[in-house]
Amino acid sequence: MAAARTARTASLEQLLAAKEIVVTCGAGGVGKTTTAAALAAMAAVRHGGRVLVLTVDPARRLADALGVGAIGNQAVRVPTAAFGAAGAPPRGELWAAMLDTKSSWDDLVARHAPDKRTAKRILDNALYENITGRFVQSHQYIAVERLYELHGEGNYDLILVDTPPSRDALDFLEAPERMADFFASRFLRLLTAPYRSSVVNMASKPFFTVADRILGSQFLQDITEFFSLFQTMAPGFVERATSVSRLLHDHRTAYVVVSSLEAAPLHEAEYFVDALAGKGFQLGAVVLNKVLPAYLLDEPAGTAATRLVEDAEAVAARLATAGVGEPAQIVRVLTEVAESFLRFQVVAQREAEQRAELGVATDVLVPVPYFETDIYDMAGLLRLGDHLWAPR
Amino acid sequence: MDLLDRNLIFVTGKGGVGKTTVAAALALLAAQRGKRTLVCEVDAKGDLSAFLETGPTTFKEREVQPGLFAMAMDTEESLKEYLALNLKLPVMARIGPLARMFEFVATAAPGVKEILTIGKLAYEVGRGRYDLVVVDASATGHVVGQLAAPQAINELVRVGLVRQQTRWMLDILSDPDRTGLVIVATPEEMPVHETIELADRINAETIVNLAAIVVNRVLPELFGRGEEAVFEALSAPAHAATLVDAVGPDIAPVLEAARLAVTLRRTRADHLDTLRRAVDPAVPLLYLPYLFARPHGLRSTRQVSEALAAELGY
Repeated sequence: MAAARTARTASLEQLLAAKEIVVTCGAGGVGKTTTAAALAAMAAVRHGGRVLVLTVDPARRLADALGVGAIGNQAVRVPTAAFGAAGAPPRGELWAAMLDTKSSWDDLVARHAPDKRTAKRILDNALYENITGRFVQSHQYIAVERLYELHGEGNYDLILVDTPPSRDALDFLEAPERMADFFASRFLRLLTAPYRSSVVNMASKPFFTVADRILGSQFLQDITEFFSLFQTMAPGFVERATSVSRLLHDHRTAYVVVSSLEAAPLHEAEYFVDALAGKGFQLGAVVLNKVLPAYLLDEPAGTAATRLVEDAEAVAARLATAGVGEPAQIVRVLTEVAESFLRFQVVAQREAEQRAELGVATDVLVPVPYFETDIYDMAGLLRLGDHLWAPR
Repeated sequence: MDLLDRNLIFVTGKGGVGKTTVAAALALLAAQRGKRTLVCEVDAKGDLSAFLETGPTTFKEREVQPGLFAMAMDTEESLKEYLALNLKLPVMARIGPLARMFEFVATAAPGVKEILTIGKLAYEVGRGRYDLVVVDASATGHVVGQLAAPQAINELVRVGLVRQQTRWMLDILSDPDRTGLVIVATPEEMPVHETIELADRINAETIVNLAAIVVNRVLPELFGRGEEAVFEALSAPAHAATLVDAVGPDIAPVLEAARLAVTLRRTRADHLDTLRRAVDPAVPLLYLPYLFARPHGLRSTRQVSEALAAELGY
């Protein structure tokens, strides 16, 4: 296993052929979901087999393109016709599923509660609905849990998943451990068994006294009842969280860090790459998304643009003679064109600098160009996929 | 009414759209206009200190520019402050362990963390030490829960100290003359879509007034009336040859870049139209230009703040 973990892949194509789970992560707005979907589409087209993309929060048009517009946990097959329209019939099958936090939590409770009655009491508790929305990075945990579930069903050769938006990208990776920690917490014991032992009683008494004053006894009672009920699920939950954690660390799972070439997302990407290495997760590739076209870096073009600004009037006079338009109007157009280039060149240079300074150790660094239009259909996904597959 | 005449402004937006920059710029602008201003970072990632070129922000506010104070939210500290203010505990040292226990409860109990956040902000507004409190709030996914917390707690908790206190929080939050929400978006599909959705949810699920939408990174319009035809004409072989003759063969990428700029501007204009049509016409849209210069630090915060001033008619 150690050998497998250190084995190097040279491209995303190879990575997707070798892995069973690929997780895309990175800062908000860098294109994690689109990247996951494009990689899944490419794998279905080129490698074949059954490929699933599990998305957390897709843009509506992307969801529509994948046919997962309806809310629900059920995976749906993306019709082959969608590929046909894009001119790339798939060798395999592409499936898509959207994460439904609420119903995933309900399933989880049903599975881990000791009996049906307890399950019902948890589901009916006044706090339950609120809690599933936020409980210990609930989204993160439910996403990895769902991933584990889907992987365990054995219906897919490859699963791509994008990570939910989060303050800290590590929340996703650490969610199973946090869930286990939660059940092991001293505080949970104190809260759920306040009158069972005098020691516990001593420790928790100040809390109950104060909490009673601030929150009122009814709310406090609701909370402790909920925790007590929840604790009945501890054994199953902890065991499950341990298995989920193992799968995230497994050599069959790899992480693709996505970033744009802006300072803040890059900073987060570097932090994430370090954290992956530090915690024994496998970095598969780094995707640099929305990279401005290379021609913007062209130095002679910059010189030409500067000359065009300087000589705008003379050039405009020649073009006016040739019937292009009014000289004054042509001067404005030429100046605007040249200055626009120079403005974008500054941004492109900064991007190049950021890329050169990027402190990540990866064999697979994949730049993807800035697309002029949004990606919202299969053709767009495959166009992006082509770049991911064979960077140029 | 004037955006900055409010006492409490929450700034939110999808990740990566420039939420923190806009919060910092709004606060800076208010301070420059003579308002004693507090800016608070809720999801303490340290971005705010970078945009204001200060050291790390802490729960205890610091004056970082004349009249501008910065702080970072910390729910545990907020709770300690709350307990110290509200309970005459004989041993102050007890607050530490107590606060940790509350923190644990807060990981699961609905609204506790949120109420500690909103409570601290409303407390700062209520005690009147600042004319304006600007909040670099949570991203779109979490902000509704945060803003709705006082109502949720008010409904869940029937008795107790907290119930009384949520009342004055609700008074401040529900007053459109005092409290407003600003959503930051960029003219791209996802941020626009999320903004429209969030605007609906804010109206339906919270008592907070949507004060403005800031559209960040708007690309300049390259050509005026009739000029685009002139630009198109430049592509004709004869005219392209004239350009090459005048400034050299390296002009091709320059024209290519202009075509890219025009396309980008056009797709983005469509997204802006969608946004304008979907949002209540009473909510102003403030447009901030794309900054081609370095996008970090106090320099860019100042540029954004100047652009905001122009949009607000100062």
